[in-house]
Amino acid sequence: MKINDVILRTVTKIIVFIILTFGVELFISGHNDPGGGFSGGLVLASALLLLYMTYDIETVHKGIPFDFKKIAGLGVFLAVASSAVPMLFSNQFLTQEKGDFALPVFGLTELSMVLVFEAGVALTVVGVVVTILLTISEDVS
Amino acid sequence: MIQTMLAISVVLFAITIAIAVIRLIIGPSMPDRVIAMDVIGVNLLATIGVVSIIYGTKAYLEVILILGILSFISTIAFSKYIERGVIVERKRDR
Repeated sequence: MKINDVILRTVTKIIVFIILTFGVELFISGHNDPGGGFSGGLVLASALLLLYMTYDIETVHKGIPFDFKKIAGLGVFLAVASSAVPMLFSNQFLTQEKGDFALPVFGLTELSMVLVFEAGVALTVVGVVVTILLTISEDVS
Repeated sequence: MIQTMLAISVVLFAITIAIAVIRLIIGPSMPDRVIAMDVIGVNLLATIGVVSIIYGTKAYLEVILILGILSFISTIAFSKYIERGVIVERKRDR
């Protein structure tokens, strides 16, 4: 039976971008405000879950052709590698550096090495959560 | 004055959530329970907003956004489970 879900599909096309924007904002503000890589990654994964629920798996994979297991592996590699780089300069593991840079548009901005680590955490969370959701929702029929 | 009004509104939201919990427990059919959970989510959002006004802080506003997103997604998931029996489809049949 064909189900009429045009309202859900139209709303999803708008709301997914709002959720993705909020996830990125939560990820970036994690250094000084509530947020961070883990919760930002969870919000991004919930946006992908909304896409998977509204459309089907093959349609979404046509638009986002990523293997999420590889994304989780890339995230773990990024986090561990950015943590291990200070050991080359005879510092402790997970030593973080930060500095103020004058960027063209944003003005004087404080950049930190934590951003790379948090990006790894966020990629890991997105990959693992989406992999779990796609695995437990596999229908064989 | 405004503090009294905010406290009364929090109490009223709590009563609304309690009534929705009663509907969640004794609800005769499954859509009743889904709507009760949606009502609980919306009232929780409003309660967090009022509590954030009472404390005079902005730290809870992201909680409102995340709770709204999760409530929306869970309502859609339950509705789709009731309607079709499967939440994420492999291939849309049409």
